[in-house]
Amino acid sequence: MDLDFTAEEEAFRAEARAWLATRVPAAPLPSLETAEGFSAHREWERTLSADRWSVVSWPERYGGRGASVLEWLIFEEEYYAAGAPGRVSQNGINLLAPTLLEYGTDEQLARILPPMASGEVIWAQAWSEPESGSDLASLRSTAVRTDGGWLVSGQKTWSSRAAFADRAFGLFRSGRSGTEATKPHHGLTYLMFPLDAYGVTVRPIGRLDGKPAFAELFLDNVFVPDRDVIGEPGQGWRVAMSTAGDERGLTLRSPGRFTAAADRLTALWRSSADPSDTALRDRVADAVIGARAYRLFAYAGASRTAAGETIGAGSSLNKVFWSELDIALHETALDLLGPYGELSDTAGEAPAHGRWAEGYTFSLAGPIYAGTNEIQRDIIAERLLGLPKGRR
Amino acid sequence: MRFHLDDEQRAFALSLDGMLTAAGTPAVVRAWTAGDTAPGRALWSRLAEAGVFALAVPKQHDGLGPLPVELTVAFTEMGRHAVPGPLVETVAVAAFLDRLGDEAAAAWLPGIASGRTAASLCLLSDDSPYALDAHAADAVFVVEGDTVRLAAAAGPVQPSADPARRPARPLGGTVLAHGPEVAAAAAHAAGVAALMTAAQALGLGRTLLARTVEYARQRTQFGVAIGSFQTVKHRLADTLIALEFSQPLVQAAAVALAARDPESDRAIAAAKVTACEAACAAARAALQIHGALGYTEEFDLSLWIRKARPLRSAWGTPAACRARVLTP
Repeated sequence: MDLDFTAEEEAFRAEARAWLATRVPAAPLPSLETAEGFSAHREWERTLSADRWSVVSWPERYGGRGASVLEWLIFEEEYYAAGAPGRVSQNGINLLAPTLLEYGTDEQLARILPPMASGEVIWAQAWSEPESGSDLASLRSTAVRTDGGWLVSGQKTWSSRAAFADRAFGLFRSGRSGTEATKPHHGLTYLMFPLDAYGVTVRPIGRLDGKPAFAELFLDNVFVPDRDVIGEPGQGWRVAMSTAGDERGLTLRSPGRFTAAADRLTALWRSSADPSDTALRDRVADAVIGARAYRLFAYAGASRTAAGETIGAGSSLNKVFWSELDIALHETALDLLGPYGELSDTAGEAPAHGRWAEGYTFSLAGPIYAGTNEIQRDIIAERLLGLPKGRR
Repeated sequence: MRFHLDDEQRAFALSLDGMLTAAGTPAVVRAWTAGDTAPGRALWSRLAEAGVFALAVPKQHDGLGPLPVELTVAFTEMGRHAVPGPLVETVAVAAFLDRLGDEAAAAWLPGIASGRTAASLCLLSDDSPYALDAHAADAVFVVEGDTVRLAAAAGPVQPSADPARRPARPLGGTVLAHGPEVAAAAAHAAGVAALMTAAQALGLGRTLLARTVEYARQRTQFGVAIGSFQTVKHRLADTLIALEFSQPLVQAAAVALAARDPESDRAIAAAKVTACEAACAAARAALQIHGALGYTEEFDLSLWIRKARPLRSAWGTPAACRARVLTP
């Protein structure tokens, strides 16, 4: 058993580090949840992809480097240690692309992945509806068969990035009730559509700090051609849920984010904390330990994956762990900042260019998105521990 | 990188698990608690035959080690079965004597490797006045600053919250060695002890969780299995999460120790506090979900429930571990 990197992996790390050292902006970009920040982050995606750093784990033909899971982990460590910007393309890269790579046609892959890699097309997700959150399979938006495609209608909400994004992907009910739709998760179709298509209305929604981080989508007979359906019509639930269920928890938020944040927290604590305040010290230590545990857990997963094993529902463990770690880590930072902890990231005197404030607001959503932590705990209990299903 | 157990290590774990299951450890624990150490020492011999103690002893003293990764595998299994006795302390003594490397090593290490010798260790500089199971040990080493002595006797047992643990103050004895190398060897031994305690706690937690899941699947109230209730499920899910994220910390600390990585101190501290807190949380969940049954002494799960709390404080309190993690 070892934690050693090969010479190739070390070289990969060195190459990433050297590139990032010259390219990462000295000051953080404006929040990606604003119009100005969104376009600055899109520009950054272009910079990344020009040197093939935007999607290192993808095949080379789509703009990646064919990196292994371990190399991807290494890249992410370097990326966040360098203080590089958040990824405005994350919904596409982390959620849509793995689905496409599993279910997409060659035509779809060739058409959709390269502009996703370059930031030319930024994707939003369109899962939740006003009456369908955790109970996603109860969704009501419809896709009705028409000549050469589908007419999509309904209302989607809490669509991350949709205020400024170009396209969206999501699930729609295509089966008629009483036939295919004997169970709620039957008769759903996974499809993609432009947010500026005829019949789409986007209403941005402010998140807790007011920034339009997500939006409501009103869809009125939006035409979606057949080529923008992923997988078989009616099989959308299986397509969406398989989205590398194996890896989603990991790829969504890599350990590198948290090890870098824990390092910054430790530096903040050393420079500003009262050494006799052992309660704060313990919280800093817990953040350091938690980030370390997540990194090692990911290494173990990468190691087992490389040996041909599957991870399965274990991704739910990741998601609960990092989302709670993220909040605890940022709350500790805000406590260390004392009177400056309350300042918004937009305040001129916000410490660290508002990084802690922005990170805290972002962290609060972690236990909610990508399947609430309550749903994840149900999955852990039922699929990993074998406890019986029951009422939620 | 190959950061998971290989087939041989997994087979070792499975064979220990099988042997300990067949041995029926609850009866051994209860005898040990009552002061009858014979079944415990018989089990000790079988563990030695399986190679457990030899893993802590170098080859020149009839051992196979030191092999920290394999040792953590063994301690996880021994924790899983709540094996009684000064297991951690014996392995820590082996680490201490190996590092000290004088004639005491030659005198004691072969006996430890073969299972003939059970030892205990008290590091007075480390804030603990007791040696665990000193009465059942063949040799009790006491380190105070730069001096190590072989205790002459043990004071009265101070019953632990886990009655299978029998701490006592070591008394008197002769000085074996003196000098800065003693303190250095003791610091190394304390690290090994902390890591083995963490591995033991991990195994303890695994059993607490597995038994509680089994119970929650079978126990019915309001006409359904209590494991179908979301509060019960979520508590058990959290228990699993805590254990799953402790495991790589324990394994990484063992890898660091094997490589004599200067980071190993901090890696061990992180593993110790995390695994022991996970085991304590597992014990609380087990107690709560078993209800009044879990609160009874006669129910065998009590042997696991009571062990979690003392392990948390042994060989490095949570506060000491957290402080060490942040030591530059």
